Amino acid sequence: MQLFADLLDALSYQPARNGKLRLIEDYLRHAPDPDRGYALAALCGELELPSLKPAALRDMTIARVDPELFGWSYDYVGDLAETIALIWPVTDRATHVPPRLSDVVERLRLAGRAEAMILMSDWLDGLDATGRWALLKLAAGALRVGVSARLAKTALSAFGTVGLEDIEEQWPQHEPPYTELIRWVAGGEKPAARNTLGFRPLMLSHPIEESDLANLTPHDFCAEWKWDGIRVQIAASDGQVRLYSRAGEDISGAFPDLIEHVDFEAVLDGELLVARRTDNAVEVASFNDLQQRLNRKKPNPALMLSNPAHMRLYDALIIGNDDLRPLPLRERRQHLEAWYAQRPRLRFDLSPLIQFANWSELVRLRADARASGIEGLMLKRWESPYIAGRVKGHWFKWKRDALTIDAVLMYAQRGHGKRSSFYSDFTFGCWRPIVDEHGNPGRELVPVGKAYSGFTDEELRRLDRWVRNNTVDRFGPVRVLSPALVAEFEFDSVHESTRHKSGLALRFPRFHRIRWDKPANEADEVETLKKLIS
Amino acid sequence: MALHPQHWLKPMPGGLYCEPGGFFIDPSRPVDRAIVTHGHGDHARAGHGKVAATAETLAIMGVRYGEGFARETQSLSYGERLGMGDVTIMLEPAGHILGSAQVVLEHGGCRAVVSGDYKRRFDPTCPPFTPVKCDVFITEATFGLPVFHHPPDKGEIGKVLHARELFPDRSMLVGVYALGKCQRVIALLRRAGYDKPIYLHGALQALTQLYETQGVRLGPLASVAGMVPAQLKSEIVLCPPSAIGEVWSRRMGDPVPAVASGWMRIRARARQARAELPLIISDHCDWDELLQTVRDVDAPEVWVTHGREEALIHAIQQTGRRARALSLVGYEDEE
Ligand SMILES: [Zn+2]
Repeated sequence: MQLFADLLDALSYQPARNGKLRLIEDYLRHAPDPDRGYALAALCGELELPSLKPAALRDMTIARVDPELFGWSYDYVGDLAETIALIWPVTDRATHVPPRLSDVVERLRLAGRAEAMILMSDWLDGLDATGRWALLKLAAGALRVGVSARLAKTALSAFGTVGLEDIEEQWPQHEPPYTELIRWVAGGEKPAARNTLGFRPLMLSHPIEESDLANLTPHDFCAEWKWDGIRVQIAASDGQVRLYSRAGEDISGAFPDLIEHVDFEAVLDGELLVARRTDNAVEVASFNDLQQRLNRKKPNPALMLSNPAHMRLYDALIIGNDDLRPLPLRERRQHLEAWYAQRPRLRFDLSPLIQFANWSELVRLRADARASGIEGLMLKRWESPYIAGRVKGHWFKWKRDALTIDAVLMYAQRGHGKRSSFYSDFTFGCWRPIVDEHGNPGRELVPVGKAYSGFTDEELRRLDRWVRNNTVDRFGPVRVLSPALVAEFEFDSVHESTRHKSGLALRFPRFHRIRWDKPANEADEVETLKKLIS
Repeated sequence: MALHPQHWLKPMPGGLYCEPGGFFIDPSRPVDRAIVTHGHGDHARAGHGKVAATAETLAIMGVRYGEGFARETQSLSYGERLGMGDVTIMLEPAGHILGSAQVVLEHGGCRAVVSGDYKRRFDPTCPPFTPVKCDVFITEATFGLPVFHHPPDKGEIGKVLHARELFPDRSMLVGVYALGKCQRVIALLRRAGYDKPIYLHGALQALTQLYETQGVRLGPLASVAGMVPAQLKSEIVLCPPSAIGEVWSRRMGDPVPAVASGWMRIRARARQARAELPLIISDHCDWDELLQTVRDVDAPEVWVTHGREEALIHAIQQTGRRARALSLVGYEDEE
């Protein structure tokens, strides 16, 4: 437990992805089985332990320490688990040995609430402050140390000799403490395959621009719309279904209205959308409507009714027992179409192919496509097998031109990790009319978005210097800037939003150009943005 | 008949005043006669008429404020008795930093001890706290809550050495208070067997040099000025806590930011300090040590000055002693 506690402690302070990887890898190298497998499961959020009520933990503590002192301490520390971990009276360690992580998990899993409390108090006696904190976090079910399942698996891959893609494919066939899986990753025998529910890493595309087309032959490629949803993979086998995000996170729980229509055995690639069916046509809703679904881990019936989930299919990795991945896209597409034609499924449809004879025709089609739900075009080489990752020369994304506005920098905050000494996170705003207290018309800036990227290192240094010299006020870590610097921001689309003061939300805003030359009063108005709502 | 210290030792706006002796202890504004417990800025200020303190504290004040920081100085050895008016005073080690002292005051058949800032842990850079039996013990309460338990220093220093192995391409940038913490962390690193040069931010150099001239051996030290990130890979660099996250730190490339302070026990404080490696190393007592000290000096009455007084007073009262808050302004709880 001590090693695991030290890992959680270090992770909780480590902002950088690489640093986190290093820490987990180091842990996997030093921790014994089965503890390290349980640790991985905990980091991936896969341990189901009985949840202990905060009030019960508090009562257990007050039975041991002066309630008045506990009260002052809790007020000061602010976090219950941390307060208990720190205030827990130290006992004679000789009579209380620290528990192993595997003991904690295995016994807690089978224990009822009352028994769990007795176990907890016994274990707390055997641990130091960091160990107690980690134990309480584990029992609370939320580690909150900024590690995703993907990151934990990446660290496992770095620790051993097996690629991340292979680990992800194997992962769902195993259960905590993953002893067999870890043995394989560490250089042992590959476990026998059991089913097809695992995530297969996706084939990814490269960005392309109009000028690149001259080097490509039109009839080598198929064209599809690039849908403005999120990329997903659905895997169904033996009556079980998993829906994975592009990073391989299992998001099945959030889309039961899609899952319930799965009656097939296949692994399919496509776009998750919100789409409404009107007399035989499927109408794709804006990304904003999908965002409302993505925000909910457990959607309520009303939301599922108003924002129904839909999957638009564009590739087939496996159908039935046939692994189609080695086949060229031309054949995979035929298999997919034949399979769908056999029995169309509600909530699923195929992404249509766009017919075109030459590039100029495609350029025109793309320019006309401003419909909601379309983000641009995809070009895929007919001969490409399904290869995990971003392989050169096979798939290209040709995005719709980004939208831009000129906005004024309003607030700045420092970044994280390597950027922690730089002001790199900016809130920017546009003008809108107001009437002041004397009834005179004027203008005020309202925030419309936040951007953290799009500048070069050199520009970042210059921005940072500018922030330090143009701060007019501070609120905690936030610097309020003199409204004097304009930048051109790029974004993919704009939506109405009740969360922001401006009533608008931008999708993927980033710096395009810093306009050191442009006076702030020449920045755009909120009204200009409203006209761009998709 | 014994004259209780409450009649001759009084909190005033400028600090704790001893009437029959005619002097203040650690006054926060210029006074005629002062006794200074130790060299930290909130206790030792410039501009007094006559200052009595240990020779080390006077030397520290000289480095910080320049010679002439007081009209007249008087150095006192630990254990040496000095009459001031109707009061006899004596300094005893406080174990806080080099030169730090408790002030033992005797008057009217009673003895009061003003402990200043103190700690009970072993510190290779100064002699340990000596408990003195007394009628009234005056204590700080910087870490006066039962959540503060400083772990053993060895483990905290071990964290730095482990991080060096884990991140061999990065420097270890440790934020330390310039006086006391800096030199103690160096000394602890040496005891842990670290014998490479330790690099110092400019703001730490003068006081560290003073420690060396006072006979505290700290091993090879070097200035970090002019070094480039490639030269500092896996090296240990000390700087004031405020320099972490400031423009200056960029010269280290991508350092592992560490902060050595008792406050690092609290996660929110560690995050606020931008520490990737919070090191719980304190020059003050933790909760148990505060209570242990009250038992050791066995005073029937305790006055609690700066820090989290209420909890400590409550806990002392539970042991059957009298305890009360003594509000003194001007002391910070930084370390
Ligand atoms: Zn001090």
